[in-house]
Amino acid sequence: MHDESLDPLPQQPASPEVRIDKNDFVFSQGTLKKKLRLSEFLSEKIITGVAFLSITIIVLIFVFVFKETLPIFRSAADRKTQSTLSGLPEKYKGEASKTADNKQERYTGSEEPKQERYGLAADSAQTAGRTSEEVKEDDRLSGRSDRVVPFSPDRVTLKGLFGKVWMPVSDVPRYGMVPLIVGTIKITLIGILFAAPLAILAALFSAAFSPKWLKEIIKPAIEILAGFPSVVVGFFALMVMATFLQQVFGYSTRLNAFVGGIAMALAAIPIIFTITEDVMTAVPETYKEASLALGASKWQTAFFVTLPAATPGIFAAVLLGIGRIFGETMIALMATGNAALTSINPFESVRTLSATIGAEMAEVVFGDTHYNVLFLIGSLLFIFTFSINALAEFYVKGRLMRRFQGRIS
Amino acid sequence: MKKLNRLTGGIMVGATAFSVVLIIAIIIVILIVIIVGGKHQMSWKFLSTFPEDGMTKGGIFPALFGTALMVIIMSVAAVPFGTITAIYLTEYAKANSILAKMVGFAVKTLAMVPSIIFGLFGLGFFIKFVGNGMDHVFLGGQLKWAQPNILWASMTMALLTLPVVIVSVEESMKAVPRELREASLALGATKWQTILKVVLPGARSGILTGTILAISLGAGEVAPILFTGAAYYLATLPTSVSDQFMSLGYHIYIMSTQSTNVDQTLPIQFATTLVLLMLTFILNFTAVIIRARLRRAH
Repeated sequence: MHDESLDPLPQQPASPEVRIDKNDFVFSQGTLKKKLRLSEFLSEKIITGVAFLSITIIVLIFVFVFKETLPIFRSAADRKTQSTLSGLPEKYKGEASKTADNKQERYTGSEEPKQERYGLAADSAQTAGRTSEEVKEDDRLSGRSDRVVPFSPDRVTLKGLFGKVWMPVSDVPRYGMVPLIVGTIKITLIGILFAAPLAILAALFSAAFSPKWLKEIIKPAIEILAGFPSVVVGFFALMVMATFLQQVFGYSTRLNAFVGGIAMALAAIPIIFTITEDVMTAVPETYKEASLALGASKWQTAFFVTLPAATPGIFAAVLLGIGRIFGETMIALMATGNAALTSINPFESVRTLSATIGAEMAEVVFGDTHYNVLFLIGSLLFIFTFSINALAEFYVKGRLMRRFQGRIS
Repeated sequence: MKKLNRLTGGIMVGATAFSVVLIIAIIIVILIVIIVGGKHQMSWKFLSTFPEDGMTKGGIFPALFGTALMVIIMSVAAVPFGTITAIYLTEYAKANSILAKMVGFAVKTLAMVPSIIFGLFGLGFFIKFVGNGMDHVFLGGQLKWAQPNILWASMTMALLTLPVVIVSVEESMKAVPRELREASLALGATKWQTILKVVLPGARSGILTGTILAISLGAGEVAPILFTGAAYYLATLPTSVSDQFMSLGYHIYIMSTQSTNVDQTLPIQFATTLVLLMLTFILNFTAVIIRARLRRAH
């Protein structure tokens, strides 16, 4: 099908003595111009188009994960406009309890003493008189909102999101993300404190001290760990490691941040190891030779030349490890106990951001505030990992390149 | 002084060696514990029968079947798109163009996005946007596609595994010697012909490796399918792409955290974990071997 597109080479005059005519090699505008071939053109365009799919996916993830969080902010903005037209609250309340069975307990909860406020509750003067905490609760209880949706999404304020109680399924749901954030940070810290030193030292051994044959064994062996599905690591942590560590350390809660953190470290070690090892191997041979020539021993060269030279790469590796732990869901779900506590004790249960999404998303009502808040958590995770990746990619790699090319910055 | 120096050196080297030993020991312990815990339950019957008595007895056939079906649909989506992206990156993209860099960065980012985010995206995009749209356009609002099913779970997983395919294919395409391309072009073949007839056949093993690694990753991931299609228990196998499915990883998760009697079903859990682990292990091992042969060939 492409035969016609094969250009015949310019014919040489067949003379007994090969005389090269200068004119054969004159590239005129005509010979240089690329012939437009439809199949070529189309295939190139299609391939380029498909290649942009990955960019499109990233953009789509941004758009769609954020889209579902928008109602939170919209409802906060709506309140101002809605508050001026809260005319028929009683009637609305009736509608609400009829249409939204699954939300009923929240509305019946509102029958209590706050009822007299309904008529004028929206008065801005009165609103200003109350503390914002009260306002938030009242708003949520009275279910004042746009009338298009039969039941009002219970309200979330920015302050509510930074509250210290995460109780999404209760009469008065609270969406304070502080315990989740604290839990995630705790797990990440514990995980990285275990993973980073182990992985970096192991990488140093593999890159600097091990003979080649041993290296060929160590690398694939550690990469086996990367192939373990996280649910397997989580299962191991839940069934075996948790019990073992409890016996060794004797704490009371079997599933806690410590167990979860160590299990997370297992997931992060291969990432950190592989990147660090690659970077250390890429440290120019001349550096090491110079160090050895100056009389430094092998271990001194490894620790004082190879390791510092690879620092930006190690930094990137640790960042990516942090990103991995931060977003890891299954291990967090299975091995951390999933209690949203705000404490810094590593031997207490924690609930991470990602585990919260994993555990609660299946049970929420679509379009509910709880649902939106879970998407908000997702957006936070996404932004965080995206930034970490961007940082590792552009800043660190750039530095590393410059350093290896001899320009110490 | 020299003695002290040597001592420090010994300790330092010892510490690095200890790290390696510790990591490998942990891997071995995990493998042994899961093999020992699951081997009694393992049998052909376990692999080929349905769960019984509220999943306290019986086998894991539907989970195996569901996982297999899911990774097949996933590969059908991920491998062509991944390969084409890799073709763009190696053949068409100019080395320092901003667009190529953007694609490269997007691929890396995609590889780093937490798997649970893919789950959210699958829910928000495939189920609520595409599914809802399909229901409105084709079925007049009847609920069929706007709910979790194996198709959406596979698509979500395809996005997750896309970078794996891209990286693997790209690597093998770069390994195709430049001379081969030049020879093809010099013979008068066009760029597209060269890619189709020279580069792609040369990169065959890379495409295979990418597919295997993607399957291994997809079979083990649970977070993306938590709310895009995996089911707690199904009495029948999925018959169409709009059915829900059972998956090995999800089965392990619910059996170990949400089952009514966790202790009683412990052997089943270990055995299921063993099956999943063996599956990913074999797949990864195959990929490593293919890749090693590829490296030796060049």
